[in-house]
Amino acid sequence: MMPVAADSSGELRSPLHLEHVALGGVMVPFAGWAMPLRYSSDLAEHLAVRRAAGIFDLSHMGEIRLAGPQAGAALDHALVGHLSAVPVGRARYTMICADDGGIIDDLVVYRTGDDAYLVVANASNNAIVLAELVPRCAAFEATVTDESAETALIAVQGPRAQEIVTSLTAPGDLAAVAGLGYYTGLSATVAGVRALVARTGYTGEDGFELFAPAGEAVGLWRDLLVAGKLHGLVPAGLSARDSLRLEAGMPLYGNELDRTTTPYDAGLGRVVKLDKTTADGRPLDFVGRGPLAAREHSEPSRLLVGLEGLGRRAARHGYPVVMSPENLDVVVGHVTSGAPSPTLGHPIAMAYVAPGLSALGTELAVDVRGRGEPVRVVALPFYRRPQ
Amino acid sequence: MSTFPDDLQYTVEHEWLAAGDPVTFGITDTASEALGDIVYLEMPSVGAELTAGAVCGEIESTKSVSELFSPVSGTVVEVNQAAVDDPSLVNSDPYGAGWLLKATVTATGPLLTVAEYRAQTAG
Repeated sequence: MMPVAADSSGELRSPLHLEHVALGGVMVPFAGWAMPLRYSSDLAEHLAVRRAAGIFDLSHMGEIRLAGPQAGAALDHALVGHLSAVPVGRARYTMICADDGGIIDDLVVYRTGDDAYLVVANASNNAIVLAELVPRCAAFEATVTDESAETALIAVQGPRAQEIVTSLTAPGDLAAVAGLGYYTGLSATVAGVRALVARTGYTGEDGFELFAPAGEAVGLWRDLLVAGKLHGLVPAGLSARDSLRLEAGMPLYGNELDRTTTPYDAGLGRVVKLDKTTADGRPLDFVGRGPLAAREHSEPSRLLVGLEGLGRRAARHGYPVVMSPENLDVVVGHVTSGAPSPTLGHPIAMAYVAPGLSALGTELAVDVRGRGEPVRVVALPFYRRPQ
Repeated sequence: MSTFPDDLQYTVEHEWLAAGDPVTFGITDTASEALGDIVYLEMPSVGAELTAGAVCGEIESTKSVSELFSPVSGTVVEVNQAAVDDPSLVNSDPYGAGWLLKATVTATGPLLTVAEYRAQTAG
């Protein structure tokens, strides 16, 4: 495994590091990496993704390859989802949980072949996920290989993403790439680079994520920027990535999800396939099954809700949710993520609250640095792209 | 690229101060760039007492909240309502249309010359 270059501060560098610096990227530490927070303006980058397209460097994320005749069975055991039932060419959002049902990471898993899967983990959890997968898969005929250091990940997201990516796609792959449905992927040549091209993303817009060899990332990035220029493509950083996923109601590990949370708390019980069976109908056990099954039918102690800010000040991660703006002492929950919404023009937040207060329309407040700001429970996602 | 007008004085907390009666102050280019897109200003009211070096307001951006420290002791006589209504003025014109407060002064806290402030931010 080739280590990526680290700078004097000890942070890992993406293969695209110098591109970000040349583009005016403000580099900040993120999960042990130096990554661009923004290039110009958070708001401009966010709005560009909603209106045209943005290009993101996600090379810090983890890519772990599972291969072998029992790769699917191994993942059925290691993860909460039914991965062996995923057709070749499709992707699944899933989770890896601990013995007690707490979430270790949320993942996207791509089935790239009959006996091959690519597990994509958050940068902050890649080492932990790998350390869990290896022993969990040991009893199965499957190899677990960390390919993160050799894999670059570039996302192009927005209504113009299809035009941009297809304009660089090799003629033989063009129809297939243009026809990719949501949460599907295939191997294709884009800008002369052989990549896994997937119609997935973390923005709530149409778009693609391209997994390419790290050594070819710079050429691919530059060619996408050039091709995207006349479509309004801009480079977009971590700040825009966070405000976009928040508007789209997507959870962030470390905020909405953590080791003390089960998928059910976060409203993501659908990823837990308690009834997964083998082809001949035998029930499949998986790590965390017992506590998760118990949790599925029990009363939750808290539920994740969307909050629409009725004032001007945004609730932020960790702020208390209270019953009313006048009484900050009665705490009924806490904010997991919050920010002004560039698309909607008002503050938005996700929060865990007592189940009795989770009904849509419930009026609550958030203690924003000592002042009560009124909020209202709304459905997630806050934003849905026009179809 | 950050600019620092010669005819202003500065503080270590990245405010600028324009002499006069009343004085005018705001935040520098360095501060507004570091904050990113400013979305909300929490300002004191007209008539509020200011203490040099103490927090007198908040400047909130998409990603963070920063405290505003008063460079002077005195009384607020005017708040820039245009900036309160459109906080992006503080990003686009921090020394002009993005001014924050005007105040009468009873005492002034430690101030830096433009050369001293430039040296501090270069470090």
